[in-house]
Amino acid sequence: MIWNPSKECMPEEQKRELQGKRLHKVVDYVYHNVLFYRTKMQELGLEPGDIRTIDDIVKLPFTTKQDLRDNYPFGLQAAPQSEIIRIHASTGTTGNPTIVGYTRKDIDIWSECMSRCLTAYGVRRSDIFSVAYGYGLFTGGLGVHYGVENLGATVVPASTGGTQKHAKLLKDLGITGLACTPSYALHLAEVVEKSGIGKDELKLRVGAFGAEPWTESMRQEIESRLGLKGYNIYGLSEIMGPCVSYECECQHGSHINEDHFYPEIIDPQTLRPIPAGEDGELVFTTLTKTGMPVLRYRTRDLCSLLPGDCPCGRTFVRMSSIKGRTDDMLIIRGINVFPSQVESVLLGIPECAPYYRLIVDRVNNLDTLTVQVEARAEYLSRDMDTLSPIAALEKKVAARLRDVLSISSAVQIKMPGSLERFEGKAKIVTDNRKLI
Amino acid sequence: MIQQLSVFMENRTGILSAVLDILKQAEIQLYAISIADTADYGICRIICDNPSRARQALMDAGVAASLSDVCAVELDNTPGAAADMVSLFAREGLSLAYLYTFLYKDRPVMVFRTDDAAKAKTILESGGLCCFNW
Repeated sequence: MIWNPSKECMPEEQKRELQGKRLHKVVDYVYHNVLFYRTKMQELGLEPGDIRTIDDIVKLPFTTKQDLRDNYPFGLQAAPQSEIIRIHASTGTTGNPTIVGYTRKDIDIWSECMSRCLTAYGVRRSDIFSVAYGYGLFTGGLGVHYGVENLGATVVPASTGGTQKHAKLLKDLGITGLACTPSYALHLAEVVEKSGIGKDELKLRVGAFGAEPWTESMRQEIESRLGLKGYNIYGLSEIMGPCVSYECECQHGSHINEDHFYPEIIDPQTLRPIPAGEDGELVFTTLTKTGMPVLRYRTRDLCSLLPGDCPCGRTFVRMSSIKGRTDDMLIIRGINVFPSQVESVLLGIPECAPYYRLIVDRVNNLDTLTVQVEARAEYLSRDMDTLSPIAALEKKVAARLRDVLSISSAVQIKMPGSLERFEGKAKIVTDNRKLI
Repeated sequence: MIQQLSVFMENRTGILSAVLDILKQAEIQLYAISIADTADYGICRIICDNPSRARQALMDAGVAASLSDVCAVELDNTPGAAADMVSLFAREGLSLAYLYTFLYKDRPVMVFRTDDAAKAKTILESGGLCCFNW
């Protein structure tokens, strides 16, 4: 079933015409409402009238995460505050998170796009659907929640944590659908098994998984342990949240909600477009957002747009799975973590030297982050006859990191000089998860 | 009170050997060595003939080491001597952070740390024991 065939199956020509019209409108809107875009366009000698068709998009300037940070908190917001009905935020690299404001219309579009995703996964009004993404500033929880309500199925706002209770509800309520990170799905499977609940006692049949990279083998494991069919969902808060693209029953790439989010693939070095089928950096322009529209936002995600038609009948272009990043961002338990955030925390602690390592692993299906940091020799050479100052320092570092990263980490204090020094580019991060 | 040298060490093969080798090169005579450990690291505590020079040798080699004053008491080399000494503290409600022993010129010496060194000294002297001074 298709939620909105008039859009999802639009003939190519008609779709491009709609995209062109919407692009002109959004460009005109931000030109008159956001100083940042007006300045950038004027620098290039562009006026809204120069953008008429979707092919004109290449004339427009790019927007980066740094631009969002520089304009913290409301610099890129186009709508007046009285029109904004919700704020979400993603983690920032050096303290400032990225703030995204949504108008009522944005929330409606988000819910519409989310309903398209859920319908493609096979979710119907009769389903009981559990959302185990975190509810809060993170877009995962509320984003999927509104989509399920819009579709008319029953939503169970389980959120993360309380996994034991969630396992019980899966069985007792006969929950049929689940949305969460793939690693949380595996954790939930484990808790279900440990609680002595058999797979045949569950009614689960559909899972929507995303917000972190996952592999085909993880999909198979989740499917066999929870007895459901797992589908990919992709999104990012700067563009909207989960709902930007979704797998259909063919599971060959994820269809992009192209009438709202226009994708391009560029070479991250030359910034030139890359032909369909080849890998490059994914760039999105929001065509209909009114709260905080973004033009040509560089996602830093590496993937390709798949050429050819999909047997499901949808004409929305499909993107491949994400093959990597153009920056050093890590996604740990669904949360974006930059090594520079860790560095800024450590530099603020006088007992710590500026030598550190991040070790990311997956233990019992949950991502773990270990931060190793050298203590300063001056600190270790006063009153260090018991281990309690070391334990206290570990606690202090862990607490500060938690405040900034929003995830917990294990801290190991190292001897001065014990971490390898690099002359060239330092290898700070070791990711043992082997996701790609 | 005597001076104790302590070194923070990671739990890794070769670290202790490297530390002791530095002390050997500096011709430091060790009297006692004690290691407390956790999974990731430990503290090595050392009593030696010249703690200041030992610390300097370690610091010069890039190893962080600290000096602290600790209590030490000479005991009789007879069964029950340790029990009698520790029971003095227990009776007065004074707790020990750590404790280890060594033989100095065939006499047992107990090194320990408490929250209140002055109180420990008074307790020991009232029990007829002699605090060790270097």
